[in-house]
Amino acid sequence: MHDTLLFIYYPYVAFILAVVISFMRYVGRGFSYSSLSSQFLENRNLFYGSVPWHYGIIAVLTGHLVVFFIPGSLLEFNRVPWRLYALELTGLTLALFALVGLLNLIVRRLGNARIRAVTSPMDLILLALLLLQVGLGVETAIFYRWGSSWYAVSAVPYLRSLVLLHPDITQVAVWPLTIKLHVIGAFTLVAIFPFTRLVHLLVLPLHYLWRPYQKVVWNWDRRRSQKA
Amino acid sequence: MDVRLQMSMVFHLDKCIGCHTCSIACKNVWTDREGTEYMWWNNVETKPGTGYPTLWENQDKYRGGWEKGNGKLKLKATSKVKGLLNIFHQPHLPTIDDYYEPFSYRYKDLFDSPEGADQPTARPISMITGRPMDIEAGPNWDDDLGGSPVYAANDPNFKDITEEEKQQLFELERLVFFYIPRICNHCLNPACVASCPSGALYKRGEDGIVLVNQQVCRGWRYCISACPYKKVYYNWKTGKSEKCILCFPRLETGQAPACFHSCVGRIRYLGCLFYDADRLVESLQADDLDLVEAQRGIILDPFDEQVIAGARLNGMEDNVIRAAQNSPVYKYVKLWKLALPLHSEFRTFPMLFYVPPMLPIMGALKGQTYETADEEFFTAVEKARVPIKYLASIFSAGNEGKVLESLKKQFVVRQYKRSESVNDLDPEQVRRMLDEAGCTPEEAEEIYRLTSLPSETERYVFPPSHREQAIEMLQPDTWGAKGMAGFGFREKPVRGE
Repeated sequence: MHDTLLFIYYPYVAFILAVVISFMRYVGRGFSYSSLSSQFLENRNLFYGSVPWHYGIIAVLTGHLVVFFIPGSLLEFNRVPWRLYALELTGLTLALFALVGLLNLIVRRLGNARIRAVTSPMDLILLALLLLQVGLGVETAIFYRWGSSWYAVSAVPYLRSLVLLHPDITQVAVWPLTIKLHVIGAFTLVAIFPFTRLVHLLVLPLHYLWRPYQKVVWNWDRRRSQKA
Repeated sequence: MDVRLQMSMVFHLDKCIGCHTCSIACKNVWTDREGTEYMWWNNVETKPGTGYPTLWENQDKYRGGWEKGNGKLKLKATSKVKGLLNIFHQPHLPTIDDYYEPFSYRYKDLFDSPEGADQPTARPISMITGRPMDIEAGPNWDDDLGGSPVYAANDPNFKDITEEEKQQLFELERLVFFYIPRICNHCLNPACVASCPSGALYKRGEDGIVLVNQQVCRGWRYCISACPYKKVYYNWKTGKSEKCILCFPRLETGQAPACFHSCVGRIRYLGCLFYDADRLVESLQADDLDLVEAQRGIILDPFDEQVIAGARLNGMEDNVIRAAQNSPVYKYVKLWKLALPLHSEFRTFPMLFYVPPMLPIMGALKGQTYETADEEFFTAVEKARVPIKYLASIFSAGNEGKVLESLKKQFVVRQYKRSESVNDLDPEQVRRMLDEAGCTPEEAEEIYRLTSLPSETERYVFPPSHREQAIEMLQPDTWGAKGMAGFGFREKPVRGE
């Protein structure tokens, strides 16, 4: 019963919340879409927090995503023991990287008076949730071997069933509590995503790469005046 | 030929008295909100000095502006890919401490303190944290050479000046300084626009004003690093960048910008310039010493038939073209070659030009009087108390000839007027001086008039743009356009959750 609620309904509610509220916020309060960078107020410690955190978490999340698409290839890859060890070690290192970064960010946010002046309650909730989530992830990586393989075998089918809209939670029942919490944590982060500063990742400015450097905005209709 | 219009400015430094009225006028209108306390869209710096933020001219520190690299200009601090990789932490971003921590005082203590033996004091408190703080810097901390061993002595423009020359500069009896009021230069090749990954910064096609779209700005803060003049400011409260908007709402209603309007010394001139956007990229490639001429080169003659036709093609009406023809900026920059851009070596083509100040020159002592009027007076200009090299480092990317050209002409105008009103100079000698400075009596007269006696309408020449109507044509509600144009908010500008 609980599993049905948490692993079938909850993810859908979280996902719909994320999409709908993010969209509404973008349309209605687009001004609030900002990285809200505080580097201007504190520079040095941000480097040791923000850089490892972002690079670590991006790599780890990419790993999750890639295996979601190609679980079979991963299992094939993991059949050679040294490749499995290398992969697991890489994953753990990146996760620790993210964890250290996150801890630095938390210490900086709580310890620096200037940064506290630009901290909202939601920032603190988000940091706590992220810490929990990354902590559970690291715990999984250390104590539940070999995470990459069983993620492909056990979690990916469940996640795929969610995406394909016929949720199947037979696998979920056998998961240890840590894993369950990790998955619920992930859905929770999705759910609160549109209410937090995390929305800055929706406006990642990749279009910069193919845009010309200069931008000129005309109020006049130049074409029309050139034809006339 | 792609004829575009740029609202441009000339500041006549010889007339600046350093009163900061411009700064206050601007602050009261635009930057009195939380998060903007430290922003001085208009500020006045004492030179020699380190400026605001501290050492902004030192691009080894801040990496602002452009540099030439195999036939193409590139941003000094970053490239597109490198920029995105540095998005989590910018290596060259100035922090609040490079400006100053904004402060107020706890005035209430003056009233609420219990009676005692000592006079109560109002403690300074930070406007960021609200806590008591020690004030270590403030706006114009080095005003009038205050703290010069720390500030003036470290002016980045001293890099080519010998230690001896520098020492002389700070000898008490030779001590000399001048002011540089600075606003956004509304550059032709703005590094801030080029560096913004979100595309929030843009240049207005009609008048070249550079603005930040507050709705699109995501606080990636590249503009702060990239602007070599440090004239884009980060609002630490809203997480957005803000900058000088050249008071475009005032311009559009036929009023001069607040800093211009309030200028006590009447040092400011505002007018349009036509320039050829097709030749822009090529001109930006010039060598450092040729940059001033390269920039003057793309400024077009508003009386030329072809230029007028080109302007019409780009939608400019007759009253716009007329305004360009009456532009005081065109005269100072292009015709008279008196005004020079600030640090052209940053290669942004700043469109705010400065008439370099006539600092006290070393007159020859003849008998008991200083003689400044004999034939050797040009040598006297070259022996000005501040080395020409220093001025050239600020105003002409090191080209001393450009600074001398301007100073000599300014000087000869004075001699010409002196010969006219005091009548103590040999007319033949005055004529020779004029020739040497490349000036004619008519031109000298015109320079004199526009420098000393201009009316407000001669100083500020700009066409009414009626942009408010244009916006209504484009967008049914002006409310919808609010916030898209550099200032104003559609929603309460609170920090996103």
